[in-house]
Amino acid sequence: MTELAETPSAPAPSLTTRLELIPIVLFAAFAAAPLLATSSGAEGYVLSLLTRVMIFGIAAMALDLILGYGALVSFGHAAFLGLGGYAVGILASHGIEDALIQIPVALAGSAVFALATGAISLRTKGVYFIMITLAFGQMLYFLATSLAPYGGDDGMTLSSRSLVAGSGILENDFAFYWVCLFCLLGTYAFSRALVASRFGRVLRGTRENTTRMEAVGFQPFRFQLVAYVISGMMAGLAGCLLANQAEFVSPAFMTWQRSGELIFMVVLGGLGSLHGAIIGAAAFLLLEEFLPEILHAAGFFLSEETRSHLAENWKMVFGPLLILVVLFVRGGIMGLLRRPHHG
Amino acid sequence: MAEPLLELRHVRKAYGALVVTDDVSLSVEPGELHAIIGPNGAGKTTLIHQISGTLPPDSGQVLFGGEDITRLPMPRRVRRGLARSFQITSILPGFSALENVALAVQARSGSSFRFLGNAAQEKALNGPAMECLDLVGLSPRAYVPAGLLSHGEKRQLELAIGLATEPKLLLLDEPLAGTGHDESQRVVETLRRLKSRLTIVLIEHDMDAVFSLADRVSVLVYGRVIATDTPERVRTNPEVRAAYLGEEELV
Repeated sequence: MTELAETPSAPAPSLTTRLELIPIVLFAAFAAAPLLATSSGAEGYVLSLLTRVMIFGIAAMALDLILGYGALVSFGHAAFLGLGGYAVGILASHGIEDALIQIPVALAGSAVFALATGAISLRTKGVYFIMITLAFGQMLYFLATSLAPYGGDDGMTLSSRSLVAGSGILENDFAFYWVCLFCLLGTYAFSRALVASRFGRVLRGTRENTTRMEAVGFQPFRFQLVAYVISGMMAGLAGCLLANQAEFVSPAFMTWQRSGELIFMVVLGGLGSLHGAIIGAAAFLLLEEFLPEILHAAGFFLSEETRSHLAENWKMVFGPLLILVVLFVRGGIMGLLRRPHHG
Repeated sequence: MAEPLLELRHVRKAYGALVVTDDVSLSVEPGELHAIIGPNGAGKTTLIHQISGTLPPDSGQVLFGGEDITRLPMPRRVRRGLARSFQITSILPGFSALENVALAVQARSGSSFRFLGNAAQEKALNGPAMECLDLVGLSPRAYVPAGLLSHGEKRQLELAIGLATEPKLLLLDEPLAGTGHDESQRVVETLRRLKSRLTIVLIEHDMDAVFSLADRVSVLVYGRVIATDTPERVRTNPEVRAAYLGEEELV
């Protein structure tokens, strides 16, 4: 009976404590990391890498909200990263450097863009939805490349990180790390509540059977649109943080490859579990970072020249590796973590 | 006579040269169980699609409670009290039986644009949902994922979902399709219990079920209604026998 009551798509109530353990361990790890970083000797590097992981965790989770719970494959989600980034960059270049203004502007911008593009995209289904979100994403990308006053193709460097109520506290890498962790935790808690709420239940129902939802009197379009807007705003927030982390904004924030990477992070981590998306983002970015070295070390039996070639062309291993995970580990990394329980 | 709850006026639907429902006029009185029978391909399901709003008619009118609903989309019709079940089972397989029904309750009670609060714990939703499950005899299976229910149970669940929308009129598209003998007995019993509570339009192939349940029967042949009458009179109607019933063993 308990086995029966467990379904992969069921929300919080039927998840066992074992599964609740994963987000707790995950956040504990993020909280402990700065302390370990201090003793590692490469504190700046570790902090900036993990900050990136958390920022992409927010973006991937935003995508998971509509992809995992609403079956809406948005192939243009990097656009929101760009929107958030450019909101920070453009405002800063006009002397408005306070995050308390930048972030609301970024969120409002993302919401408006999501509302406008979502209202059009959501009238299509399946492949058409993927294509039209991709098109909107590209539209914004080309708009950014043509913004000559703001660096055009080359992007622009921020003179400093955003201020918070006039104070330059974010200049401190530790403080910025904690702010990112706070944002990650906040968006995660909000998303968890959202998914279990009345609204989230309608969204999940629509994913399973749209006709049934209409037949009990729901208009799925409205719910999907609101979810799309919320997801866009979350990704926009990630964009603000990313600009601050890199102290740089460029159209590269919103290439379609970036959108694809976000989808990959979600699928890699496991669709529809939220913290799976964070784990997926972490796995993706850490592999990207360390795979060249791992390959170099793993090829100890090869000649020095081959080893460096291997390390140089690490993407040739990275791609197939991701594909293998998706093919053979159903449910991504979360599926892997869940499996021993079911067995 | 009271105003009919549902009225079809000269409803017509054609796919190219193929006329599927041809000038169908029909009225369903409040409180009755009105069965629509007809041989395969008579246009029964197309007719129910037009009543429920999945397909727009080419011409003619659909009136519900005296109001013209011909152009209303399905969700709006459901909110006015016109619920339907599907010939091919349509449920949310990953949700528990209770959640399937609770969602239908949710659609009727308050806004669903609530972003906080665990919907699965809301007593105001689960209570009425459980009552509906009880009504169709599914309450012992409330926490089983709907996808794991037997076919007959899924049919029962569809009924419960329909009931949970608090309909004035329930459209049932072959609720017995594909069920075994025992299961169909159970569905028929459920329908008999529901009869007194609401108006039902039943499309069904199972003649035993139709003649034992219906107050009135309409016979649809090649998209046309050739007779609407009490079950006894329909059974003896020569035109009906010639067109349709002649080839079947009647009880």
